[in-house]
Formats: sequence, structure tokens, C-alpha cells
Amino acid sequence: MLLEVRDLHVEFRTRDGVAKAVNGVSYGVDAGETLAVLGESGSGKSVTAQAVMGILDVPPGRITHGEILFQGRDLLPLKEEERRRIRGAGMAMIFQDALSALNPVLCVGDQLGEMFVVHRGMSRKDARAKAVELMDRVRIPAAAQRVRDYPHQFSGGMRQRIMIAMALALEPALIIADEPTTALDVTVQAQVMDLLAELQRELGMGLVLITHDLGVVADVADRIAVMYAGRIVESAPVHDLYKAPAHPYTRGLLDSIPRLDHKGRELRAIKGLPPSLMHIPPGCAFHPRCPTAQDVCRTDVPPPYEVDEDRRSACHFWRECLHG
Amino acid sequence: MAEPILEVSGLVKHYPLTRGILFRKQIGSVRAVDGVDFTLGRGETLGIVGESGCGKSTVARMLVHLEQPTAGTIRYKGEDITGLSGRALKSVRRRIQMVFQDPYTSLNPRMTVGDIIREPYDIHPEAAPKGDRARKVRELLDVVGLNPEHINRYPHQFSGGQRQRIGIARALALRPEVVVADEPVSALDVSVQAQVINLMAALRDEFDLSCLFIAHDLSIVRHISDRVAVMYLGRIVETGGDAEIYDRPTHPYTQALLSAVPVPDPEAREHRERIILAGDVPSPTDIPSGCRFRTRCWKARERCASEVPELAVPAGFRFAGGPADHASACHFAEEKQMVSAQDMTDDHPAGLV
Repeated sequence: MLLEVRDLHVEFRTRDGVAKAVNGVSYGVDAGETLAVLGESGSGKSVTAQAVMGILDVPPGRITHGEILFQGRDLLPLKEEERRRIRGAGMAMIFQDALSALNPVLCVGDQLGEMFVVHRGMSRKDARAKAVELMDRVRIPAAAQRVRDYPHQFSGGMRQRIMIAMALALEPALIIADEPTTALDVTVQAQVMDLLAELQRELGMGLVLITHDLGVVADVADRIAVMYAGRIVESAPVHDLYKAPAHPYTRGLLDSIPRLDHKGRELRAIKGLPPSLMHIPPGCAFHPRCPTAQDVCRTDVPPPYEVDEDRRSACHFWRECLHG
Repeated sequence: MAEPILEVSGLVKHYPLTRGILFRKQIGSVRAVDGVDFTLGRGETLGIVGESGCGKSTVARMLVHLEQPTAGTIRYKGEDITGLSGRALKSVRRRIQMVFQDPYTSLNPRMTVGDIIREPYDIHPEAAPKGDRARKVRELLDVVGLNPEHINRYPHQFSGGQRQRIGIARALALRPEVVVADEPVSALDVSVQAQVINLMAALRDEFDLSCLFIAHDLSIVRHISDRVAVMYLGRIVETGGDAEIYDRPTHPYTQALLSAVPVPDPEAREHRERIILAGDVPSPTDIPSGCRFRTRCWKARERCASEVPELAVPAGFRFAGGPADHASACHFAEEKQMVSAQDMTDDHPAGLV
């Protein structure tokens, strides 16, 4: 397994108390595989990714428990120096908002080239040539001219391509993409997702795709992990999950998508709101919103029950949900 | 069609681009909205879809007089309200209210929820006698599904979905006839979006509202709209009933847009024909001649560069009576059957029913 996260716990100490952002997350990604991590804001999907990348804000953030194995090696005990070498060369991240992730006062050629100067010790001139090559690879038209342009001179889609180019620069084994297309329009989103999938195939990288969009997941992912209140509530091969969800939250999300046969009728919305991370409900965190919650759900935290060999559901009543 | 409540014709909004500080001269203009016509029938919901920068929000803002159109007219119940000011404008504004996109910035953080919802009554005192207002505010909170006891709380004490409910309550306070909703759910979490959509649909029926619903999420627009208009670069390129647009689009842009939307069904991955458009939307300061979509269109020919296609039912489909019989601004409009997620899941009903 390329990346394995084991029982990760992350909390944030704030003035108002401790926010438990990640509460025992485990997932794995193989080379060449796409794992989608699906969740709403505050579900802990991005914080988990930041912990994996080693870019968590510490403090206020703190990893209280867990292991992150990358190519068999636990990253958490490593020194910052070593983490830094892995970042970029071993794993890289694509952020949602390219405009704020790129440096506005450096031209994109310098930012792309920096990867080669810092990690590979290349000369500025060679690095510039590499930058043009990368921009060609992510299909930015007239790369040789545009390499001197600044981020604000590019459109949203083009900026996201530059982010992808930067992540791919050192051909890492793992890419973490945090909502890479959320800020883009649908027609541009399709271009960018296509490009990402193609490059991933070409280079055989593992991809962790963090998103809230069930459509994007269905389009590109092999496996999916659904997060709620800092836990993975269901993980499954993507076809299985869409066909028959084994957790009421997943079912609720799928049901709340407007469907043709429901036009003019009420959408089946999930009632209530996601919990505050300062006050996660006892037992199953989803129980206050769950239509099928029983007494046991209010007291006992559901473990990841084995639904199938490669499928888990953290619901005491996963059988009923799966067949219901 | 029901009698029209809003008629928009030739609506244009150009923002001037200037250069120089002392001697300002206009060097061009951003053609945000560039000739838009539509009618909204009483009790009808018209959805407007399009990508960012297509002018859909500017249209919304002109309808509620937050922007002055450069040209064109807006008629409300047959009366031209485009250039109104003062008292006449105020009385029209009572009838046309808006729900904004961002519930975090569209509510004053220093006003309590009660004050926010009561403010329309302070501006339009004739709408409710003074002694009655507190009761009305509580009623409105209840109507949008908020606890009336929270009347003295501030916006930051509410979640995004609850704030959007406050925005909806404020829009409903004056009992408007038309509600313009500009991306009302796009800032909300997926599980909360459905709640707010349900609320809006219920209130629309309860208060007999006519709605202009603007969004970029195509499935939500289809769910709530009777008719849909697709905008591209400041113009409507195709308009018709929801099934006409979604199942039998004839404009290439609509076809590409629909095919690019990710379908929440992995089974669709293999069956789906996707049209991936090349390039980006051109800048509204430099709109292509002829058909404005031609720079990204795979069907474009010489005629498209010289002749602006009118928004009308294409000759081939006129009087055909089929679903392709709707207005489309393309010289080479062709019917295309879209395979939607819903068609597919009929074969895979397990778990999604």
C-alpha cells in the first residue's frame, strides 16, 4: 500500500475549547488508485490531508494519535527536514483556490522552476526549461511565452493547470487534490478532471481526491471514503456504494440529490445540521439526524463493521440500511 | 402561458472601461449583459443557468434595481419600471424582492435577526402597522423553520443554512409577488441545500410567488423550475421548458454544459458521451463577432462569424411539436438526446430508490 493512515486523531485547541477535527480515521491508497474522500465542510477531510502532507498548523492543531505510513515508513516521527524532502518529491498537493495558493509576485515559471532548483539542485536556466515543459504537459497554450506571466494573468482553469503542473513536477508517487475543481465552472471542471485523470494514469500515481461533490466522485474514483464529524462512516468501492449505501448518512446524501422522478416533490433532505466539532454527540455522531437511530446509537460508538471484504460501514444497523 | 408578471426586453448592461485619471476616456466596455429578453409568468419559476461571468447575476440585480440597465426595459405587470425613482420605485420594490447568494455577507452582523427581518417594515411602514410588526417577524421566523425565540440572536450565532432562511424570511416580509433568488444554495453544504430548496419550493406555493431562480447547479435548477434559460456571455442562448432543455437541447453550448456535469452514478461513466469544450469563456470586453459561442464551438463555420444567430425556434423544428420545438440561438441547431443519470438508474434501481 502506497499510503496508509491508521487511526488518526487531530484536535485544535482554541480559546473556546478543543475542537476534535479528526477522530480515528484510517484509509489506504494504492499506486494508480483514486480514493475519493467525501464530506461536508467540517467533516475533517482536509485536516486529514494536511496531516498526511505535514502542513497542519501546529499549534493550534495537534496530532494526538495515529500513524501515517507512506511507502511503508511512518511519517509522524520524522523531522521537519525529512518531511520536507518527501513533500514535493514523494507526495504533492493540489489546492482548491489556485489564486491564493500561488505566489502573486512571482511569475509562474519561477514558481514551477523553484521545485527543480530546491529539490534537484538545477540551475535557474534548466529549471526554466523544465517549467515550460511542464506547462506544455498540462496543455497551457503558448507555454514558452506564458512562462513569464503572473498568476493573475491566467484564467481560473489555467491557474488550476499550473497547480497541477507544480504538483506533478517531481513526479511524486502520491497526489492529494483538495477540492481541485470546486472553484471552476462545469465546462472547465471537466477539462481539469480529465487532465488530472490522464496524468495519473500515465504516471501511475495514487490520488486522494477530497471533494463534497457526489458527481465528481462517481466520475473518477475507484474507492470512496465518506466522512462525517471527523470519522469515516463508510468506505467502499465506488460502484457498490452508489448502488446500495450501507450507512444512513451516505444514503441521505444520495437521496438529497434532485432527481427527475422527484420533480415537483419534496427532496428527501437530511434533517438538522452537522454537529459542532466542540460538541460531537455521544455514540454515533450522526444519530441526532438519523431517521433510523435506536437507543444503542446514542450510547455506543459504532465500530467500522465489515460489510464486505473491501467495504466498511460505521453503523450499528448497516444491514438494514444496505437492504432497506 | 400564464399572464406575464415580468417582461424583460433588450436588457443591456455595459460597464465602461476607462483609462487616465485627469483625462478619463473610455477605452472599451465590459458587456456583462448584452441583450436579454424573457418573460416570467405569474406563479411560474424561471431558472437561469450559466457559468460564472455569463451575466446571470447582473440580470438579477437589474430586476431589483440594484443596477441601472444601459438599455432595454423591464415591465412589471405591463408597466415599464426601468427608469423609476423615488416613491414609484419604492412601491415596485415592495413587490420584487431578492434572496442573495452569500448568507454570510448579506446579513448585517450588528443587527439582530429580529431587526433584520423587521427592517423591510421600517422602510415600508404601510406594509404593517407598528404594533403588529413583532408578531409578523415571529411568524416569518416560524414560516422559514427557525425558532421564533431566537429573535434576539445575531447572524453569527446561526449556521449557513439557517442564515439563508433568515435571508428568505426578510425577502418574504413584504409579501412580494416576485422573488429573485441568486444562487441561494450554492454556499451551503450538500445535506443542507436540499432543506433550503424544499423550503423555497413550499413557500413559493404557499405565498403564490413567481420566481426567478439563478444557479449554476443544473440539477437543482431543473428540480425547481418550470422553464429554463441558458446564458452564455451576456445572452440567452437557449430557452424552453425544463424537459425540452435538459432532454433535447439543440444549442451546442447547452449540450456541452449538460454533458460536462458530473453525474452522481458511477455506472454512467462508460455510457456517457462527454463533450469537452476547448479553452475558456472569452472576455466580455472582447466578445467574438457573430455567434459569441463560436470560438469554442465544434460546429462553427464562416456564417457563425458574420451573422448573429437570433434566439428563436430553429426552422427545422418549428411546428414539429416535439421537445426540440423551443428557442435556440444557433444557426446549426441540432437535436441531441441527453442521457441523464435518471434514465440510467432506472436499470439500477437498487439503493437509489
